[in-house]
Amino acid sequence: MKLWRDEFSIETAHERYVARRQFGKFLVLTSFGMFVGNVWILVKSWFRRDEVFPRTLVGRASEIPKGGVKLFTYPGPQHPCLLFHTQSDRFVAYSQKCTHLSCAVIPAADGKRIECPCHHGFFSIEDGRVLQGPPPRPLPRILLERQGDELWAFGVDQGGNPSVDSRVQG
Amino acid sequence: MFGRQFFIDPSRCIGCESCVNACAECDNHRGESMIHLDFIDRRETTATVPFVCMHCDDPTCAQVCPADAIKKTDDGIVQSSLKPRCIACSNCVLACPFGIPKVMVRQEQMMKCDMCYDRTSVGKKPMCATVCPSQALAYVSLEEITRGRREKPTNVFYFGKQKVTTKVSMMIPRALDAVSVDVVDYMWEDKA
Repeated sequence: MKLWRDEFSIETAHERYVARRQFGKFLVLTSFGMFVGNVWILVKSWFRRDEVFPRTLVGRASEIPKGGVKLFTYPGPQHPCLLFHTQSDRFVAYSQKCTHLSCAVIPAADGKRIECPCHHGFFSIEDGRVLQGPPPRPLPRILLERQGDELWAFGVDQGGNPSVDSRVQG
Repeated sequence: MFGRQFFIDPSRCIGCESCVNACAECDNHRGESMIHLDFIDRRETTATVPFVCMHCDDPTCAQVCPADAIKKTDDGIVQSSLKPRCIACSNCVLACPFGIPKVMVRQEQMMKCDMCYDRTSVGKKPMCATVCPSQALAYVSLEEITRGRREKPTNVFYFGKQKVTTKVSMMIPRALDAVSVDVVDYMWEDKA
């Protein structure tokens, strides 16, 4: 017999009622479990170290025309990213994972936005903020540094703070 | 229960509706009869079959109830739904192979024949069996029914592949062992 059928028996004789004391025990034990879990999370957060990102050459400024896009992976091969050369002559890069349900985002046809085709979420190409649709957060931004013609990635900004990479201006 | 069982004999039913009206007299469900008096083929014949709940050993209605509202008591009687639990979803109505449960729309609750639990649990006959003039609905001992009748009782039913054993017995011809119903047979009646 299935467990749930055992718990919710058809026969009145096999019905088991949860006593007040039993319910109290359940509440106390689960609350205790939750408390221990929270302490564990707290202790872990004390010992957490900031993620270290590698310095990677992701492309050359000359190979991407204005309005062009390049696909690369950063920080690892499992993390596809998009590098844009915007109309305002800046180089910006974002993670390709939509913040809604991790679909791969693509450049929208108008060239000014990034589109998630799954649920029609739109992000700004300029700073990755959400323009429209279900995504709850801006796209994670890849921090870029330009050295002559070379574009180097050196970090990921999960918050999408627009002030961070002002040095990448064209 | 007290040495007596419920027997249904369709061949004896005269369609007088005494059972239907006696059932509706009950204070538990005043005005609503829990008996189904079915006309077999109304255009061709006046034959009728009275149906009370068969009180299955493994009640399908209770198996499909999502609200855990249908319960079987120790003496094998499948009760009407529990009022605080029933959500009137009609799952039981659709699932019951005998078509017994009724959803009372006004009170949003399923009610069905509980073999007059208030009466049978203290040794009295169910109301329908008390009033039935031809004893098509009979609440007697097994010896009594086998002594006086041409048919024999069975409590095994086959609905396609589902085998259902019940507390209430049906009187069938002596040549048969069980009642077997395949709904698909009846669906293609015209083509045959």
